[in-house]
Amino acid sequence: MEVNYENGLNLKATELRLGLPGTDEPERQTTLRPNKRTLSEISCSGVTDDGNDDHQESAPPAKAQVVGWPPIRSYRKNCLQAKKNEVEGTAGRYVKVSVDGAAYLRKIDLKAYRSYPELLEALEKMFKLTIGAYSETEGYCGSEYAPTYEDKDGDWMLVGDVLWEMFISSCKRLRIMKGSETRGMGCL
Amino acid sequence: MNYFPDEVLEHVFDFITSHKDRNSVSLVCKSWYKIEKYSRQRVFIGNCYSISPERLIARFPGLKSLTLKGKPHFADFNLVPDDWGGFLYPWIKAMARSRIGLEELRLKRMVVSDESLELLSKSFPNFKSLVLVSCEGFTTDGLAAVAANCRLLRELDLQENEVEDHRGHWLSCFPENCTSLVLLNFACLKGEINLASLERLVARSPNLKSLRLNRAVPFDTLQRLLMRAPQLVDLGTGSYVHDPYSEAYNKLKAAIQSCNSIRSLSGFLEVAPRCMSAVYPVCENLTFLNLSYAAGLQSIELTKLIQYCRKLQRLWILDCIGDKGLGVVASTCKELQELRVFPSDPFDAGNAAVTEEGLVLVSAGCPKLNSLLYFCQQMTNAALITVAKNCTNFIRFRLCILDPIKPDPVTNQPLDEGFGAIVRSCKGLKRLSLSGLLTDQVFYYIGMHAKQLEMLSIAFAGDSDKGMLYVLNGCKKLRKLEIRDCPFGDAALLEDMGKYETMRSLWMSSCEVTLGACKTLAKKMPSLNVEIINESEQTEFNLEDRQKVDKMYLYRTVVGHRKDAPEFVWLL
Repeated sequence: MEVNYENGLNLKATELRLGLPGTDEPERQTTLRPNKRTLSEISCSGVTDDGNDDHQESAPPAKAQVVGWPPIRSYRKNCLQAKKNEVEGTAGRYVKVSVDGAAYLRKIDLKAYRSYPELLEALEKMFKLTIGAYSETEGYCGSEYAPTYEDKDGDWMLVGDVLWEMFISSCKRLRIMKGSETRGMGCL
Repeated sequence: MNYFPDEVLEHVFDFITSHKDRNSVSLVCKSWYKIEKYSRQRVFIGNCYSISPERLIARFPGLKSLTLKGKPHFADFNLVPDDWGGFLYPWIKAMARSRIGLEELRLKRMVVSDESLELLSKSFPNFKSLVLVSCEGFTTDGLAAVAANCRLLRELDLQENEVEDHRGHWLSCFPENCTSLVLLNFACLKGEINLASLERLVARSPNLKSLRLNRAVPFDTLQRLLMRAPQLVDLGTGSYVHDPYSEAYNKLKAAIQSCNSIRSLSGFLEVAPRCMSAVYPVCENLTFLNLSYAAGLQSIELTKLIQYCRKLQRLWILDCIGDKGLGVVASTCKELQELRVFPSDPFDAGNAAVTEEGLVLVSAGCPKLNSLLYFCQQMTNAALITVAKNCTNFIRFRLCILDPIKPDPVTNQPLDEGFGAIVRSCKGLKRLSLSGLLTDQVFYYIGMHAKQLEMLSIAFAGDSDKGMLYVLNGCKKLRKLEIRDCPFGDAALLEDMGKYETMRSLWMSSCEVTLGACKTLAKKMPSLNVEIINESEQTEFNLEDRQKVDKMYLYRTVVGHRKDAPEFVWLL
């Protein structure tokens, strides 16, 4: 029994439209048979139903989504989608950390921390140094080190100014600056 | 036969707990009917439109525990529009008015408004248990009402509901003298909660056995909660992210070690893989592990964890575990009865990380396997035949190949023979979901062999009406049949109309059924509600009888047409 995917090639059926279902009724019905359909033909029977128009427009016809397939609860789908966006939204979980004067760089996973204090504590442990306390007006007080990061625009920013979530999504790498370079920035 | 006084019979009936048995008991004679009627406390209603609240109350005035299911199953997959129905409010209103002593309410796929939750919380002073599964329509305000007013609340179990989070302090609404909680599951809530209130609540709930947290509960709170509730049997973590070299992490490790009653573990919605080792001590006694939302764990971490889980009976996991990982499951979890493998990337059909190989390995290593939900990249007949040989105990077998019409990639054949082997071998099969390229032949096998089958889900399968007819004729115990995108039409639908009176419901969407046939069926079978869901601009009067309907849902009922159908649902 040979499977023939060429049967019923119907270009109109694979056309992606934003019209309401039923406005092209007679043709839509015929594409359902013969039954050896390609996935793209199946998907058009669902494409116009779905409210997610963006999805349909960006996906090539062969991989357009079929409504209700795979059969996963919307709750679960939404959770996974949110997770995907989250992961894609960060500039990378693992970022390089350099310390002025150190022989080599390290890498840390920003996602392992929930707040600045946690991150700074980890950096202090990792490099055996003291970073001191953050102050909005004075920067980092109490040590010769200041933690900085390179953001999405390529600028070097002081760690701690923005909300944590914003920081992890824009941080590309960390650099712990030392000594003379930090003089202008803080309370030394 | 009335040799015994009523009280004795009543006492005897107390031992009869299954719904089916109690239904049979009430058919024996008038006096048994009466005794059973007044002593019945638990009622299960599989379709909320099969009966009305008023008739339920009249029939079982002693009702204490009610289970209600609303929308058809395919509503879970967005095939049923919003506002279709399944409203809880009329039930609460009627039970409140009749002063039913409601203590437990379990709902699935119902629309639950805040109003109904508020009314519930104020109308039933002995209310103890609320379980909501896949429901919607309520906000955290409704939960606040339940927390505040249900003085004897033991269980609040929210499973995979869409809840609008008003970030109110609903948890703080549990009064200080509420110490009765046994189960608290709010994992599906998306918003922040008052952590201090949560800690105090757990601290004053000595009977708390099951606690499932949401994403907003951080690591250090988890540690403190575990310190206060070492008696927990079921734990769902919230955010499980921390620096594994920190003091907080060591504290958590210690806290978990004092929880030696934990048998069930879930959560890990956010997870730092290197923190999983804290959980290893609990693994050896786990019977249920649900990592199906732990998208942050890769196969290597999953298998490391599973190697400790020798007593596992139920495993829910993501497909990133891979075939090799399933091999580890097979060699470790000899007590495994239920396996669910979910796709970690449902939107890209090319990417499921498991194939038929993983399933074959598990079937070989886990002879007690009886329940399966398996999303995979591909399946072969040979694999299914092997699985059928290895595991004859399947009660639930749900296979979902991400490309719904994919044939056996090795032979290019349909999967008829593979599924045929399953139904032939598993004589106790009650639930079956098919996928892959399938012809009428698979339905021939199902009709011939699946004699205990109660629920069948079909998509993109079959060649002709014969397929559907094999099933309707052969599966005597069929209760629910749901079909989408299959070439089944009027002849199959109308061949044995009486059959539908023996079933709970039939769903057919994107098939070949015409409006005319649906009308005929509705006319000939007054005991059925035949509903058409029509989302196009056409009205009932514009659509001709010979035109195909997009979605049809029919179900048996004793109360005729429902009064709450929206405009797009036509009641024939």
